[in-house]
Amino acid sequence: MTNGTASAEPILAVERITKRFGGLTAIDDVSFVINRHEIFSLIGPNGAGKTTLFNTITGMYKPTQGTIRFSDRSITGLRPYKINDLGIGRTFQQIRLFSYMSALDNVRIGEHPRMHAKVWDALFKTPAARREEVRVTERANELLDFVGIRQQAHNYARNLPYGHQRRLEIARALAGNPKLLLLDEPAAGANPQEKRDLMALVEKIRAQGITVLLIEHDMKVVMGISERIVVLDHGQKIAEGKPEEVRRDTRVIEAYLGKSA
Amino acid sequence: MVAAWKGTRTALSGTAGTWLFVGVATLILLILLVPKAVGNPPFFFQILVYGLADGAIYALIALGYTMVYGIIELINFAHGDIFTLGAFIAIPLVGIFGFTDATPFSLGVVVVLLGVTVVTMAIDGGINILIERLAYRPLRNAPRLALLITAVGMSFVLEGAMYLWRGANNVHFPDVLPETRINLPGGASIGVKDVVVIVSAVVLVSLLNLFTDRSKLGKAMRATAQDREASQLMGININRTIAATFFIGAALAAAGGIIFGLYFNNIRFDEGFTAGLYAFTAAVFGGIGNIQGAALGGLFIGLVASFSNAYFQAALTDVWIFAILILVLVFRPTGLLGMQVPEK
Amino acid sequence: MSRRLLRTDRPMRWAQSAFKTRNGTIYTVLIVVALIFPGFADITTGGEGNHLVSTAADAGVYVLLAIGLNVVVGFAGLLDLGYAAFFAIGAYTYGMLASSQLAGSPLHMSIHLPFWLLLFVAIFVAASFGAMLGAPTLRLRGDYLAIVTLGFGEIVPRLFRFFGAGSPIGNWTGGVNGIAAIDPPKLPAFLSGPWFGTNWPIAVVAPFDFSDGNWAPMDYYWLIIILVAICIMLVTNLQNSRIGRAWMAVREDEVAAAASGINTIAVKLLAFAIGASFSGFAGCFYAAKLSLVSPENFEFVVSVTILIMVVLGGMGNIPGVILGAITVYIVQFFVLTNLPDWSVAVANAVGLGGIVPASADGSWIGLHDQVQRLNYIVFGLILVTMMVLRPQGLFPSRIREQELEKGTAEESVFDVREGVD
Repeated sequence: MTNGTASAEPILAVERITKRFGGLTAIDDVSFVINRHEIFSLIGPNGAGKTTLFNTITGMYKPTQGTIRFSDRSITGLRPYKINDLGIGRTFQQIRLFSYMSALDNVRIGEHPRMHAKVWDALFKTPAARREEVRVTERANELLDFVGIRQQAHNYARNLPYGHQRRLEIARALAGNPKLLLLDEPAAGANPQEKRDLMALVEKIRAQGITVLLIEHDMKVVMGISERIVVLDHGQKIAEGKPEEVRRDTRVIEAYLGKSA
Repeated sequence: MVAAWKGTRTALSGTAGTWLFVGVATLILLILLVPKAVGNPPFFFQILVYGLADGAIYALIALGYTMVYGIIELINFAHGDIFTLGAFIAIPLVGIFGFTDATPFSLGVVVVLLGVTVVTMAIDGGINILIERLAYRPLRNAPRLALLITAVGMSFVLEGAMYLWRGANNVHFPDVLPETRINLPGGASIGVKDVVVIVSAVVLVSLLNLFTDRSKLGKAMRATAQDREASQLMGININRTIAATFFIGAALAAAGGIIFGLYFNNIRFDEGFTAGLYAFTAAVFGGIGNIQGAALGGLFIGLVASFSNAYFQAALTDVWIFAILILVLVFRPTGLLGMQVPEK
Repeated sequence: MSRRLLRTDRPMRWAQSAFKTRNGTIYTVLIVVALIFPGFADITTGGEGNHLVSTAADAGVYVLLAIGLNVVVGFAGLLDLGYAAFFAIGAYTYGMLASSQLAGSPLHMSIHLPFWLLLFVAIFVAASFGAMLGAPTLRLRGDYLAIVTLGFGEIVPRLFRFFGAGSPIGNWTGGVNGIAAIDPPKLPAFLSGPWFGTNWPIAVVAPFDFSDGNWAPMDYYWLIIILVAICIMLVTNLQNSRIGRAWMAVREDEVAAAASGINTIAVKLLAFAIGASFSGFAGCFYAAKLSLVSPENFEFVVSVTILIMVVLGGMGNIPGVILGAITVYIVQFFVLTNLPDWSVAVANAVGLGGIVPASADGSWIGLHDQVQRLNYIVFGLILVTMMVLRPQGLFPSRIREQELEKGTAEESVFDVREGVD
């Protein structure tokens, strides 16, 4: 368990979100609040609706009902790129890197919304554009350093080892200067050492002033770094609170072990 | 302006929107056509019938587009040329029986035509299965762009083959259907040919409906269209289902080609290019992925084309059709009855 | 390895990164060839090289078109099947504003704007149409976009054909006959090759003279070379810029691109408009050189030809696309046009002379005419085989080389996943 440096000021408010796909209710009336600088985890058995919730928060899906507020501003129904622009970054459960671009380019893409070069600058390689490219490249290198894969800068993303790919995705998400970072199962497929490195990285990210919302299956990781946890099962919130509270919650245990246990 | 556009789209979406959509379309048609109808009723009726016959053919082609799109989300650019190929295959086959323009109409002629149609449908269907197997299946997991380009290439291959075979000029289809016209009250008349075309299309569409509703393969096709992975888990052989879809779509288009030949008595190697575009517009209008929609869409487009040619600048008919395509895709992408959404 | 990466593990290589050395070689070769080609043409034809030079200038137009379509198809991954429409728009813009065409229109005055001004006007007009077409339609899936562009490519020449003499609003575009007697380009000051008018020994690189109103094929040739060179530089800059990266990202994975803050629709619209402006630009030059525009020069087959050039050369790969354009041009305008005669000659030479003449019942139209009909099917087969067998084009990108060098990604050894708690 960590000593939280979280504040009590909310950064993300998920209010009564419901998402239906035809006859299927993937998320049912879920509400919770994440505070600034928190490390907040979203857990639940497979199919509970966690990634769907991520997708709804980041604008890939429009909620059937409910609202989402980010820094006191409604972001319900905004397009994904707009939401990224406002300061929410994410990674994907199944890594979605630009496999045929170098690691450096992947991170530079992440900086796209922060850049100012227009078509004219691009066409004629104006001094302003050139300066910006230098700045962007520098920052991309810094970010690669931050996540620990600086040496991979010029390798194509698809050639990186799995663990490095995950970190690259995080670096790309960080490039957009997010205030809130959504990590979808960052420890999936990682060995214990990699998981420990990942937890350290998440703390490092939080130390930069970024709030982290995590989906994770590995309980060691979740219990190890989260300040607060929300548990979903079949689209509904069944528990919320500090790690020690949640792990003792009977409903949570039942959900994971199955009602028959 | 963006808000107005978005507003129109929301107004037109959903089941309530369907009525609005139908209403607007009908209103426009009425405003444009009532004066023409009143002016010369028998002529108007003839144009109407012509439009229905045309539309029946477009419907048969549109079905293939909509079925293939429904199952693998690909617009098969080559489909229009499959339609032309049907006619091209049938011509030598009826030639074997010595059919010419002078051949008198008889029951024997009907039997031969039916036989030739069945054989042509089988051959054309087989060719389409081959195309799917050789050109589309290898690219099933490739980026979308590759598949589209291949389909365009395939269209050129088919047109190229027919061009090699019969050249650039109109190819003649024996005129064996009777020219008789049936007189109707008010001075209007309808030809036997028109009846044959419309009835044949109705029969084929009904058979298709029955097939997809009742038969095992038909259900497999519908299931695969809805959710390929789930269908696979349920034990449906995806490759075979897709092949069957291509076969049936081609068979219907081939029938359309033969009907076209019987009706117009002339067909060019690149007929399928324009006909395909029109039919595709029909499929989109009716709702891509929806069989009834494709049939209705076909009729609608046939009528529009016919009225445009007769009353409103034949040179611009293509422009009107294209305008319909754009307007539907922009304002009501699900079309009349459709389920699938053409947007990401 | 995630399932998704395995899926892109097929022999489809789409990415592009700046690969300097090989590009440099290709460009150097191209420049040298371009410089000596007129002299070479003169030598091989015994002083009558002008026709070849003129043909080369025409090829240059196609190179320009291929570079433009490459931005749309190769960089942004959008299939545009109606590219010839913007070509037509550029050409007609020049045709209408640099000839006496408008004297016959309701305006009753002919407009003769200078070529150099109209180049920019054509760019602007074509880009505007590209934006107008793209704005409502770029949201659509690739298939639908392709059909919509196809439809657009069909109706533009039709509209140009319609608004000729006898149209409801008067004769604007010359209709079926098109617009003839279009002004050639004119430059106020003298701009000519530095050795023009002398007989220096380096006249092996033939001189050009932009200054008089009398444009020889050589002048058009040099002009298009200069225009192509400029365009190559501009497009290469684009490729290596912020927008170039955004295009690659959108092309590879739109969802991830959007999640990374890229406004995918704006980015696609930009590609579309830029592509259209290249096409309009080329159209303007084309109209000036040919001195005539007519609707039948802008049919679907033109759009497909350019697409084949881009596909063959390697989508997204600028020098590849240029080489692809030159190759396809040679195939279409040289090989395929001469193939009938060649096959007759070959058939006669190898003793198969019997198949040359047409058969009595008309089922065989003679070897010459039969071979002449091969062009459609050849085009179709090129497209299909390229996509199925070698989608990265004839001149693949460096990514392929890198993979073959360094090998594919290593799998990490996973532990058995730990249980809950």
